[in-house]
Amino acid sequence: MTLDVAWALDWVRRSAATVTEHRDELVELDRLIGDGDHGENLARGFAAVVGRLEALPEQPAQVGDVLRLVATTLMSTVGGAAGPLYGTAYLRASKATATSALDSDGVVAMLEAALDGVVTRGRAGAGEKTMVDAWTPAVAAAVEAADHGAPPSEVLAAAARAAHDGAEATVPLVATKGRASYLGERSVGHLDPGARSSELLLVAAAEAAAAAD
Amino acid sequence: MARRWAQVALVLVSHSRALAEGAAEVAGQMAPGVLIVPAGGLDDGGIGTSYARVEQAVAQAGADGRAVVVLTDLGSAVMTAESVLDMADADLGERVRLADAPFVEGAVAAGVTAHGGGDLAAVLASAHDAGGTFAGWAPGQGDAAAAGTAAGVDGDAARPDADGVVRGSAVLRNRLGLHARPAAVLARALAAYDARVRVNGANGASVLELMKLGAQQGDRLDVVAEGPQAADAVQRLVTAVEEGFGED
Repeated sequence: MTLDVAWALDWVRRSAATVTEHRDELVELDRLIGDGDHGENLARGFAAVVGRLEALPEQPAQVGDVLRLVATTLMSTVGGAAGPLYGTAYLRASKATATSALDSDGVVAMLEAALDGVVTRGRAGAGEKTMVDAWTPAVAAAVEAADHGAPPSEVLAAAARAAHDGAEATVPLVATKGRASYLGERSVGHLDPGARSSELLLVAAAEAAAAAD
Repeated sequence: MARRWAQVALVLVSHSRALAEGAAEVAGQMAPGVLIVPAGGLDDGGIGTSYARVEQAVAQAGADGRAVVVLTDLGSAVMTAESVLDMADADLGERVRLADAPFVEGAVAAGVTAHGGGDLAAVLASAHDAGGTFAGWAPGQGDAAAAGTAAGVDGDAARPDADGVVRGSAVLRNRLGLHARPAAVLARALAAYDARVRVNGANGASVLELMKLGAQQGDRLDVVAEGPQAADAVQRLVTAVEEGFGED
């Protein structure tokens, strides 16, 4: 059981659908502790990604080709921090997925590369009320699942569940990175919008994998 | 015939188009020989930073083999600029540096150094050092003492003293004193000499440090210079001050 280019394309379409569906929720989360543009930016960015994928003359050969297109499109269409952060995450992930099909270890390598990209670009560590707080437990759960011999779809499902828990766990945290850090203690009690959108994207990946099974 | 720009260009990345263009205008006035490319706002003019606009600005600034120093305002501008540099061709990437510096002060300091012929490292260092000029800022704290003494380069024909140091002094004659334009004129002029020059303790090559002196009409500037061209540098400075920088 592996995840191929068709899975990657489905992941992108589901990502576009979920960030559009949750646009208002993300806008509201970001309005509370940021500048309020996260939902709008992501919806616009992923809509642009889908448009570019549909305009391709033929299906990309490798999973990494799809993720690279996501990276470059998000970087150029998403204003605010989410563009370079997700752009770098997908770019690093694309370099780890230069293959036509991913097994469980391949999925883990992809997620590790994405986390590495977010950490590098945002210079944030765990516990700072950022995307990292969703990605870090997601990678840990993916590693554990793969080590226990889980197929790729279950590896992604474990990552998505952990990302959900990690995002929820940002509520009591004090933000020390990004625009929310200007609020200091007043950021406590709010879910981090970047952690929430990270969760949505990983859930989309898991759902695309479940559909492919 | 294309204009011949300084070897180091600047890119100013801001969330706001107006802020980037305004900072480029301020820095450009003091450094007219430097290509300064603003990259502010989103493509639709909204607030944010655009990867495409920054990428295009860096390419334009780095054309013809120029080195580039990129200055940014808030968080995501830094991340966008870093992403552009990550994705740039190795050939361009190795000539481009991101400055960790205050946006406006860094742009002015870097611009003046680039205008004076500074290389990439020197321009980057000027931008970085600009942050330190915030400390102890107090307008009008210039040394107003001893105004009215004879101006000129001390000693016969501006010879160095036993320590190899050349000293001189001059009284500011122009009405507005050592404000931004003359400070830039002095810093640019002094950059042409192989000499380390201090003016009332401030680094003569730093337009921001000169401005920070807050020296006004009638204030005396004491100049201390070292290096092979110290005497020429002091003479040039004294002459420029005595001529009132061509101002009233």
